[in-house]
Amino acid sequence: MGSFFGELWSLATYHNILFLAKGALTTIALSAFGCILGGLFGTLLAVARLTSGWLSWPLRAFALLFTEFFRRVPFLVTLMLCFFAFQFGGFDVSTLTVGCVTVVLIGTAFLAEIVRAGLQSVHPNQWHAAEAMNFTLLQTIRYVILPQAWTVILPPAFGFFILFIKDSALASQIGVVELTYVGKVFNNRGFSAGVSFGVILLAYFMLSYPLSRLGAKLEKKLGTSRTR
Amino acid sequence: MAHLELDNLSAAYGKLRVLDGIELSVAKGETVGLIGPSGSGKSTILRVLTGLLKPETGSVRVAGKTINFDKPSEIRTLRNRTAIVFQQYNLFQNLTVLENVMIAPTKVHRRKRSEVQAEAEHLLEKVGLASKLESYPDQLSGGQQQRVAIARGLCLKPEILLLDEVTAALDPELVSEVLDTIRELAAEGMTMVIVSHEMGFIREISARVAFMAEGKVVELGTPAEIFDTPKQDRTRDFVGKILRH
Repeated sequence: MGSFFGELWSLATYHNILFLAKGALTTIALSAFGCILGGLFGTLLAVARLTSGWLSWPLRAFALLFTEFFRRVPFLVTLMLCFFAFQFGGFDVSTLTVGCVTVVLIGTAFLAEIVRAGLQSVHPNQWHAAEAMNFTLLQTIRYVILPQAWTVILPPAFGFFILFIKDSALASQIGVVELTYVGKVFNNRGFSAGVSFGVILLAYFMLSYPLSRLGAKLEKKLGTSRTR
Repeated sequence: MAHLELDNLSAAYGKLRVLDGIELSVAKGETVGLIGPSGSGKSTILRVLTGLLKPETGSVRVAGKTINFDKPSEIRTLRNRTAIVFQQYNLFQNLTVLENVMIAPTKVHRRKRSEVQAEAEHLLEKVGLASKLESYPDQLSGGQQQRVAIARGLCLKPEILLLDEVTAALDPELVSEVLDTIRELAAEGMTMVIVSHEMGFIREISARVAFMAEGKVVELGTPAEIFDTPKQDRTRDFVGKILRH
């Protein structure tokens, strides 16, 4: 035990802490990109899937194909696909950019389904009433449906966000210097796996715990808004 | 001249034909009652009139203008002329009573908020809910919710108000408060199409009553003609059964 703390102490140099912070920031950036942009694009896809009429069928088809494809392909494979797609296209971009694009693609696909399920959980009579009063689809969603769908959307969405923080570790496979990569580097520098990855484990917890607290808080707050 | 005219109107849900050659006209200021057994197409007529269901054949004319159901702009026009009150009230659960009444006029019709608010408060006072402006639908009784739904419909300033079994979901002691509100509207000259199983009420309030069965208007006449001297066997049967209760 003594050697564990001794080793931990020797790990805590200025440069190592800076390196760890940088890795944590990258993990945060990746997750934030995936969750925020993914949430935004996912909502758009969910709405696209709810359109009707033949004019918008290409939109529906795209939304369906996109969500079904990226939900079925493993994270790592999507990451590789993006990596080689950029290479093939002759774009000279950083691995971090490849990582960000990947997480947005995956976040969009998963969150689109979570949002769609939420929107469709609202009773059809709410849609009919809005439609009969000439609300457009977007007005209906903004003023009537989304406010009632939050309680259904938030728990799985935050569950997904937290999974996502951890999944972003796979970006280390293409050389993105995020938390897991930092752990591997510490380990390679001679620190024991217990210390190297113990620190990383703690860092992941410190990132995901506040997020799940935030989720619980939001659920409570929005849960008091009236739903059927 | 008739304000609302349905001519040879047919509609279907998938393969199930629910309206079959409906002929019906409603004059301005007139209240027409639709009665008939469940599944006879009464509510479906109202769904067509709010653009929720597209007819297969036939025409709907409002103020002499035929609605083209293939044109979204014409469906919007139709919806601006009509307002529907549903059996299950369908109030927006996330909004207060006042917001429920105000949202369509302010957000859809883009009318001035202050002006709409004054109107909404007036309407809610008229239906006896002045003290409930800030309540949420789930804090109200069924009868109160239904009166909010009526106020919400009226705030759209419809030319024709459509009432779809508005008392069917209510406890018996709450029915009269909603009927009183509708009586008042009829007295003020609101054009209304009312679907209801409250035969006494339909008889009292309607200028004309249409008895429907299997998607057709079987018989159309004054309440006295339909309830006292029905010409068709089906009408006699139905009215006989109802009045025996």
